[in-house]
Amino acid sequence: MNDLVSLLKKDRLETQLPDKKPLYGEGEAKAEAERCLYCVDAPCVKACPTEIDIPTFIKKIASGNVRGAARTIFEQNLLGYSCARVCPVEVLCAGDCVYNAWGREPIQIGRLQRFATEAALQPGQKMLFPPKPKNGRKVAAVGAGPASLAFCGHLAAEGFAATMYERYAVPGGLNTWGIAPYKLLASDSLAEIEWVGKMGVDYRMGVEIGKDVTGQKLLDEYEAVFIGVGLGEDSKLGVPGEDGPGVVGAVEWIRQMKLEKPASEKLGRVIVVGGGNTAIDVARECALLGAEDVAMVYRRSKADMSGYAHELEAGRKEGVRLVENAVPVAVVRDAAGKITALRVAKGASGKAVPGTEHDLPCDLVALAIGQSKLCEIAKQFPGVELDDKGRIVADPKTGQTGNPKVYAGGDCINGGKEVVNAVADGRNAARHLLAKKG
Amino acid sequence: MADLSIDFCGIKSPNPFWLASAPPANSGEQVMRAFDAGWGGAVWKTLGDPIMNVSSRFAAVDLGTYKMMGLNNIELITDRPLSVNLKEIYEVKKRYPKNVVIASLMTETRDDWRVLIKKCEDAGADGLELNFGCPHGMCERGMGSSVGQEPKLLTEITSWTKEFAKTPVLVKLTPNTGDIVEAGQAAVAGGCDGISLINTIKSIIGIDLDAMVPYPKVGKQSTNGGYCGPAVKPIALHMVAALARDAQAGKVPISGIGGVSNWRDAAEFIALGSTSVQVCTAVMHYGYRIVEDMIDGLSEFLDAKGMKSVSELRGKAVGAYEEWGDLDLGHKIVAKIDKDKCIGCQLCVTACHDGAHQCIFTGAEDRDRPPQAHHPGKAKAPTPLPLGKHAGDRVPWVDEPECVGCNLCQLVCPVSGCISMEEVPGGKRETWNDRVREGRDKLPGGIHEG
Ligand SMILES: Cc1cc2nc3c(=O)[nH]c(=O)nc-3n(C[C@H](O)[C@H](O)[C@H](O)COP(=O)(O)OP(=O)(O)OC[C@H]3O[C@@H](n4cnc5c(N)ncnc54)[C@H](O)[C@@H]3O)c2cc1C
Ligand SMILES: Cc1cc2nc3c(=O)[nH]c(=O)nc-3n(C[C@H](O)[C@H](O)[C@H](O)COP(=O)(O)O)c2cc1C
Ligand code: SF4
Ligand code: SF4
Ligand code: SF4
Repeated sequence: MNDLVSLLKKDRLETQLPDKKPLYGEGEAKAEAERCLYCVDAPCVKACPTEIDIPTFIKKIASGNVRGAARTIFEQNLLGYSCARVCPVEVLCAGDCVYNAWGREPIQIGRLQRFATEAALQPGQKMLFPPKPKNGRKVAAVGAGPASLAFCGHLAAEGFAATMYERYAVPGGLNTWGIAPYKLLASDSLAEIEWVGKMGVDYRMGVEIGKDVTGQKLLDEYEAVFIGVGLGEDSKLGVPGEDGPGVVGAVEWIRQMKLEKPASEKLGRVIVVGGGNTAIDVARECALLGAEDVAMVYRRSKADMSGYAHELEAGRKEGVRLVENAVPVAVVRDAAGKITALRVAKGASGKAVPGTEHDLPCDLVALAIGQSKLCEIAKQFPGVELDDKGRIVADPKTGQTGNPKVYAGGDCINGGKEVVNAVADGRNAARHLLAKKG
Repeated sequence: MADLSIDFCGIKSPNPFWLASAPPANSGEQVMRAFDAGWGGAVWKTLGDPIMNVSSRFAAVDLGTYKMMGLNNIELITDRPLSVNLKEIYEVKKRYPKNVVIASLMTETRDDWRVLIKKCEDAGADGLELNFGCPHGMCERGMGSSVGQEPKLLTEITSWTKEFAKTPVLVKLTPNTGDIVEAGQAAVAGGCDGISLINTIKSIIGIDLDAMVPYPKVGKQSTNGGYCGPAVKPIALHMVAALARDAQAGKVPISGIGGVSNWRDAAEFIALGSTSVQVCTAVMHYGYRIVEDMIDGLSEFLDAKGMKSVSELRGKAVGAYEEWGDLDLGHKIVAKIDKDKCIGCQLCVTACHDGAHQCIFTGAEDRDRPPQAHHPGKAKAPTPLPLGKHAGDRVPWVDEPECVGCNLCQLVCPVSGCISMEEVPGGKRETWNDRVREGRDKLPGGIHEG
């Protein structure tokens, strides 16, 4: 599929946010690359879920072999460009760089990875991996998120006919419509998908498996099927007044901000409910977009929050307020139904203490308390099972499910991690299938 | 993908990357691991009568955070028995027939050379390299650089070896000589099939100021060593080029050595006439794995330049290496500062004022030129004064009429791409040699008053 980027509106609210880690210039990249020690059995590599050979690609940047650096990256991770920009490197590769132990600034691995891969994605560049002749084998993926893209991309490069079935009109899953725009814009994600598409990946957009097409049909038509459906809708609080305008799921709000809301949209007083990374993302996005006030409301204390400390710290600097130990009990609306406040009670170990209710005035409440699981999809494939948390059961190393023809990976098996984990799952499943005789 | 294979005076190698005769090519186990990593060939650690080594042996110069910018060693030739080395050479060639193994040799009498050559060729070596370069220890015993520094001896010993050898003979030259071309011609006169250069440069790398002993220390003593690594590359490049463009010495293929650390260094040696390159220090620093980027980077480069094979690159820059007297005196460039890249450190200002031609200034006022200036009047400040994105009014400006285009400011500027040197069009081509020929300039030498 070519020119996916043109599927997007030009006027999108997300374009108002500045790039927090801009592209390195050549000199900057070289200087940073020279700093890498070229460690052996490097800890940074082990901390990357896709095990990119980091010292090798960095030394290639230093030697001026930028295309070679990109090849080293993409060989292991076909979404190496997105990952360069969205990975929480502080807790992944860079977090384990030997410089940390030494008390010095770790290598900016993500930014170097972006420098190499962004150059390779430029129009007019020769393909890094010329597609191999078709081998007559056919595979399909459910969903066109990072996990499915990695699965299909790696197999397409080996000569498979690989088709992705995606319920939405744009591919990329949360990587396209969930990532904070100061890390990656929807258009950047789509540009990379176009590049992966050149390996010969096919798309069926607007097709929901289980509704428009059955799982059985895929099993009949394809040698193997990969389930990469991610997670479902934002969870709800279950408090009075919740349904109605002014209360929105965080992921849904981000999707609209990235794909639909116009750049001119103004934000009033925002309350974000939750303490995870999605909550911090929405809060930071609102603060940076100029909301009048942004407060994160969390039922326990700061120390209990599951979001990354470095992200929260950044949010605090950008003006995000933190309301700890506050449990939402109702959404307060005026006679016309317009939201006026979120009613909270004091939290003790996360539970509301009766009699402590008070109102926090606001114009918008974004709920970031988790996403549901898409349990229905399992029923489409005999033998595919769910665990007690609703995650698809699959071998974490190979992606194999209870049905020998079906693989699964990404958020739908791990309950929600990072893009890079989804890519690793998709790639590992592809490698497992490749190792099987055709 | 471009073809990286080479033919070095009949020795075929899958790529131009060879290990130099040194610790990385000390044993069969190492050489085989190197071939697995991708090295095309290896010049075995110099064989001869096994010697005894000292401890310690190496010392280095670091530059900023970069370790081992230059390496100095006082190690001698192999300390392992000849029979063991020969057995291993045999084993390596048996298992890796497509890779090149060259035996580096150093011995004394004519008969010693005969015996050593026969043994190495019987073991399966693809060629021989005569080590006339080692500048420490061995030269005191009348070998190594003491041969390389003596053209007559060099020719004579080379011609002995040519009598005995069935495989190609490469002569490895020492840079510790006044004129490398003389040494190269002497080797060719002796009938060598190829030349390798450079071996290490005689050096003292530093002093332990507490112990008052030079490095590397052997107890309370030391000795001069051989210098190599990235620091010596410019010297090596010149010597390679000097041979490549010499009618006599340039007749045989060259194996370029000295500070090669990546594909770019290798490409430079090849562009100056090398057929293969050899590497020691970079492997000692980072291991055999560096060859992956050498292969990948060189083929990417050749592809990008539309060259089908590495032989198309060979010697491409030799023609542009000319005598000073033939350079165009009419060509003029001046420094331009990109105000938005400038960070306002003003290192260029002081470099120009104290170390060049006093023509970079700051501030909005016109400035007095120094008495030694070439143009009358004041240096004119630009109006409006450039205001930089990062540096504001700290962005310096260049008094262009006075700028001689020396590059110094660009060399000291820490921000890449901030200072560019731009050509001033309209200069008339003229060389020093033209001027002398036309009587408008005197030949150099002596003081020509008036
Ligand atoms: C707000 C937010 C911010 C995030 N920020 C980051 C970040 O900065 N860095 C990072 O690494 N990770 C981040 N993540 C996590 C990351 O986006 C996910 O881990 C990753 O996208 C998971 O990939 P996936 O392929 O498993 O699923 P998804 O990206 O969810 O893709 C699944 C796709 O399947 C489609 N689909 C679902 N069901 C069907 C069906 N029945 N038929 C057809 N199609 C279907 C969906 O429409 C979707 O396109 C963030 C997540 C969220 C929610
Ligand atoms: C520790 C050490 C030992 C060396 N031993 C030899 C040797 O036995 N024979 C030889 O010809 N050159 C020897 N050399 C020189 C190297 O082969 C090479 O010519 C030199 O190091 C320059 O290359 P480099 O800059 O890549 O290190 C030695 C160099 C070092 C550092
Ligand atoms: S740990 Fe750090 S210094 Fe070492 S290879 Fe990785 S990025 Fe480079
Ligand atoms: S590098 Fe190896 S041989 Fe040399 S001193 Fe260190 S441990 Fe010893
Ligand atoms: S050296 Fe470069 S950065 Fe520093 S003042 Fe001069 S131009 Fe600006």
